[in-house]
Amino acid sequence: MSRLVVERRPRPSRWLSWAAPPLALLATLLAGALLFGLSGHDPLAALRAWFVSPLASLYGLGELGVKATPLVLVGTGLALGFRAGVWNIGAEGQLTVGAIAAGLVALATWGTEGAWIFPAMLAAGVLGGMAWAAVPAELRVRLGVNEILVSLMLVYVADLLLKALVFGPLKDPEGYGFPQSRLFDTPALAPILVPGTRLHLGALLALAAVLLAWAFTARTLGGFAWRVQGLAPRAARYAGFAEGRIVRLSFAVSGGLAGLAGALEVAGPIGQLLPSVSPGYGFTAIIVAFLGRLHPAGVLVAALVVALAYIGGENAQIEAGLPEAVTGVFQGLLLFFLLAAEFLVHYRIRRRGPAAAPRTSASSAETAA
Amino acid sequence: MATAVSVVMAATPLLLAAIGELVVERAGVLNLGVEGMMLAGAVAGFAAALATGTPLAGVLAAALAGMGLALVFALLALFLLANQVATGLALTIFGTGLTALAGQPLVGRSVSRLAPLFPEGLRELPVVGPLLFGHDPLVYLAWLLVPATALFLFRTRAGTVLRACGENHEAAHALGHPVRRVRLLAVLFGGATAGLAGGFLSLVYTPMWVEGMTAGRGWIALALVVFAAWRPWRVLAGALLFGGVGILQLHAQGLGLVAIPSQYLSMLPYLATILVLVLIHAGPWRRRLEAPACLGRPFLPPS
Amino acid sequence: MTETVDGPAPLLELRGITKRFPGVVANDGVDLAVRPGEIHALLGENGAGKSTLVKILYGVLRPDAGEIRIDGRPVAVTGPHHARRLGIGMVFQHFTLFEALSVAENVALGLDRWPERRTLRARLAALAERYGLDLDLAREVHDLSAGERQRIEILRCLLQEPRLLVLDEPTSVLTPQEADRLFVTLRRLAAEGRGILYISHRLEEVVELCDRATVLRAGRVVATVDPRRETPATLARLMVGREVREPVRHHPDLAGAPVRLAARGLGLPPDRPHAVPLVDIRFELRAGEILGIAGVAGNGQRELVEALAGERPLPAAEMLELDGRPVGRVGPAGRRRLGLAVLPEERLGHAAVAELDLVDNALLTAWPQPDLVRYGTVRRRLVAAFAAGVVERFRVRTPGLRVPAAALSGGNLQRFVVGREIAQRPRVLVVDQPTWGVDAAAAAAVHRALVALAEEGAAVLLISRDLDEILRFCDRVAVLYRGRLSPPVPVGEVTLERLGLLMGGAGFAGRGTVVAS
Repeated sequence: MSRLVVERRPRPSRWLSWAAPPLALLATLLAGALLFGLSGHDPLAALRAWFVSPLASLYGLGELGVKATPLVLVGTGLALGFRAGVWNIGAEGQLTVGAIAAGLVALATWGTEGAWIFPAMLAAGVLGGMAWAAVPAELRVRLGVNEILVSLMLVYVADLLLKALVFGPLKDPEGYGFPQSRLFDTPALAPILVPGTRLHLGALLALAAVLLAWAFTARTLGGFAWRVQGLAPRAARYAGFAEGRIVRLSFAVSGGLAGLAGALEVAGPIGQLLPSVSPGYGFTAIIVAFLGRLHPAGVLVAALVVALAYIGGENAQIEAGLPEAVTGVFQGLLLFFLLAAEFLVHYRIRRRGPAAAPRTSASSAETAA
Repeated sequence: MATAVSVVMAATPLLLAAIGELVVERAGVLNLGVEGMMLAGAVAGFAAALATGTPLAGVLAAALAGMGLALVFALLALFLLANQVATGLALTIFGTGLTALAGQPLVGRSVSRLAPLFPEGLRELPVVGPLLFGHDPLVYLAWLLVPATALFLFRTRAGTVLRACGENHEAAHALGHPVRRVRLLAVLFGGATAGLAGGFLSLVYTPMWVEGMTAGRGWIALALVVFAAWRPWRVLAGALLFGGVGILQLHAQGLGLVAIPSQYLSMLPYLATILVLVLIHAGPWRRRLEAPACLGRPFLPPS
Repeated sequence: MTETVDGPAPLLELRGITKRFPGVVANDGVDLAVRPGEIHALLGENGAGKSTLVKILYGVLRPDAGEIRIDGRPVAVTGPHHARRLGIGMVFQHFTLFEALSVAENVALGLDRWPERRTLRARLAALAERYGLDLDLAREVHDLSAGERQRIEILRCLLQEPRLLVLDEPTSVLTPQEADRLFVTLRRLAAEGRGILYISHRLEEVVELCDRATVLRAGRVVATVDPRRETPATLARLMVGREVREPVRHHPDLAGAPVRLAARGLGLPPDRPHAVPLVDIRFELRAGEILGIAGVAGNGQRELVEALAGERPLPAAEMLELDGRPVGRVGPAGRRRLGLAVLPEERLGHAAVAELDLVDNALLTAWPQPDLVRYGTVRRRLVAAFAAGVVERFRVRTPGLRVPAAALSGGNLQRFVVGREIAQRPRVLVVDQPTWGVDAAAAAAVHRALVALAEEGAAVLLISRDLDEILRFCDRVAVLYRGRLSPPVPVGEVTLERLGLLMGGAGFAGRGTVVAS
């Protein structure tokens, strides 16, 4: 009579902590193929349209970079915050406000020249994102209000704010009444890095963010303090790391990066303000952060994988006739499998020998009683 | 009086979702996937009602769909000890995607509304008729759940055990109470009520299916539980308050009294949620805000 | 080791119980028998496997091998419900109580049948009278003292009419007077023919109370003896197995020594539910002195440590002076730079981070030291060298510096964190329960380190529930009760009885007042 028992590993398995994300990805692909098969599509063709064809052209590779850029920026900021136990779930709202702030700069300077316009838009985007993130940060630090709920409520508010603006004062006067702003002028557009693609300067900024975040976590006392705060808040307080400052800074960083991503979206691939400026990058970045195991380098890789899923989703819609909503299902599945794989990193299942088994019938009667 | 009826209607989905989450959190589990489970309930309820032609089948399907997602949550968070915050978020992201996918063929279709519970004679009584007798069964269920939950939690053995699991899971385990089974059941109950809340939206409130039609109500329900300080009767008060804010905003828009764009009015429920959270944390009630001590903490029974 | 059975047949018999955990054998072929009417001691130092054995007996853990017999019949205890049906009652060391629930609910949760409120009240009243254990059923547990909490546990057991009562370290949270009261209750229970398994590492009380003792060392039974024929010293040798040299403290003349740390009316309101407010705390701690703060757990020790460490700033700077300088508004790092080191009770999660390795855990409090951090970047090599020095000097047994703190035993982690603080050469060291839950060798090492530090001229504040520890190593002693501190007096001038009364609140102003929550 042997039983399986679950026990915590004395220390997390190192190789599994590396292997968990790819394993989860593989499981997601298998589950996805199954899903396609069940819904009457050819699974192989669907997966091909999804994950292979987008990479076959220079333009496709460029698109990968375009989609990965906001995911890297937002994901890096969120990963830093999650490490510190700060749950900023409202990056989507901060991204939207960043886009609005950058758009206001672009529209206010419409028709003028100046090399300062694009940098000013980025700065406005960062500040806008930070300001939006400052609300949950201050409410948590001063009053102890749950930051998840506040940051999330502000997503809806930011979304409505953007709509109010493009349906109202920012509507293109020559746009036949469509709810969208003027197209930005050239000085307000992000410089293209590779001709023939839409890959813009933002990709380099995203890489810079990864490197800075990496240096911060691996080398600095601040990075250490954030980690301690996330693992053991009481120990952080004992060590003299001020929780309030960590919460504020981490919201400022993740909000600022989300705002930057929003500014780059409107200055880059979109080029104007629309009623919606993001297909949910702010939420997808949560998955990116976890898929990257909250490590900046991991976030970079994870963002590329998830960006591929995004483009693949659009591609599969065209090539294999799959609905776009499948992307969301994929993302949810991926996160589920990641969380399940995490279990194997920290726990192991052991077969245990026979327990003290009663040998007389009298005692079985006792047990049954 | 018509306003009172519409407030009750607007409060019902919040009440259903929040009362379930209250039980879940009292057992020590934080399930942030309410929004996802509500969407699942909405789409499944609508699809089942459409397929069978009976709205009651839709209600059942809605509850089952919510429980299905809750089961996934329970598997990950209770048995694989995954981070509950992350798992709940995953549930919402997954639920949003899955319902968008599954709901595509349902967009633009319509079903017959869930019928009112009481006969016409009662419903058409002057003044009180519509308010007291005019609703469909889900509204009465939601209201009945409040005293039922209060009785269960504070007057029965099972309810006391459930609260014990939320207060101190090690001690509950040491006394021989099955912590994980209790939590599993609580999570499934929360899934069922969240599913019903979604079903109410797609079968009664609108009644149709629109992608993302819960519009943050799941998150507001989570805030409601905090607002209610984990007490059933206060959940009812909170649901009416938030329902009222929603109706106020609709009325203001409908009457065109206010010269502000509709989007700003639509922000009201979300801003009100934040405001209420701020008030309860800042006000004199502050010290009463005691979350169950084990809320969100994973539990692995020693073996 | 068996002895001839010369009484009634055993109520409980354990045969060859073995239990392994990853990396340790907690119980290795343990044999033990308890007879009706007997108070049987289970002795062993921390980590000897006592608690594991008790959990197996109660069905909380499953043994890997061995047999449990009740009345001579082998049984497999499937869980606490089953254990209770078999007539086993349990009083855990860490109370299995629910703070936010009422006493009645707490009692009911430990019963297998849901009681009627009225019958429960009547039965409890009868029991309370018979055994001298009174309780107010309507109160919530969080405003009860440790002694009252233990009464809930005991009454909860007695309601089931157990034939065997197991108590795990029951006196560790009691004042000496409360312990005496408990002994009276236990003797009465034994006289009724119940068996009592009494787990302790306090030898004096075992000699006083118990009829027989089974001694456990490193998971094995090393002896079964009659404690009435033994002395605490002979029992200690059996328990530890080797000579552990505790240091001797010679009380220095402190008349001319400068005051290092002074609390001048230190007060702090509670910051969370169930916290103890600190009220007007006053003491002066001199260079070379070891000042003891005694008290029952939960009387403000945690809050005092947080206040002294600077985890929560005090309302006024003058409430705390370090070398004559007001530091009440200085944060933890600033106080450390000024030479004040504090070591809280909870090792994992407060004094150290379970998931981080020893190097990072060294950095946790050593970072304000010059050189370890430059321009905001951590100089990992220097930190590693510092951690290696601590491991060597304080003989921390660890497979390396790169293992997470959680992988070390309690004693070894305590050596590490004490060493980490002492290696930073503090002028004042505050320690809270430094030997709680650690083995005898590690406890002696901690004591040696504290005594040596004081002899070098540092001031030491030793907060402890263990009166032996306080009376042995401290020069003066004060008692903390509900957030207030009695005036410190030289240890030569107090008796155990007087301390016990103070710990129970006698002589404190506003005794028994509970701050409304």
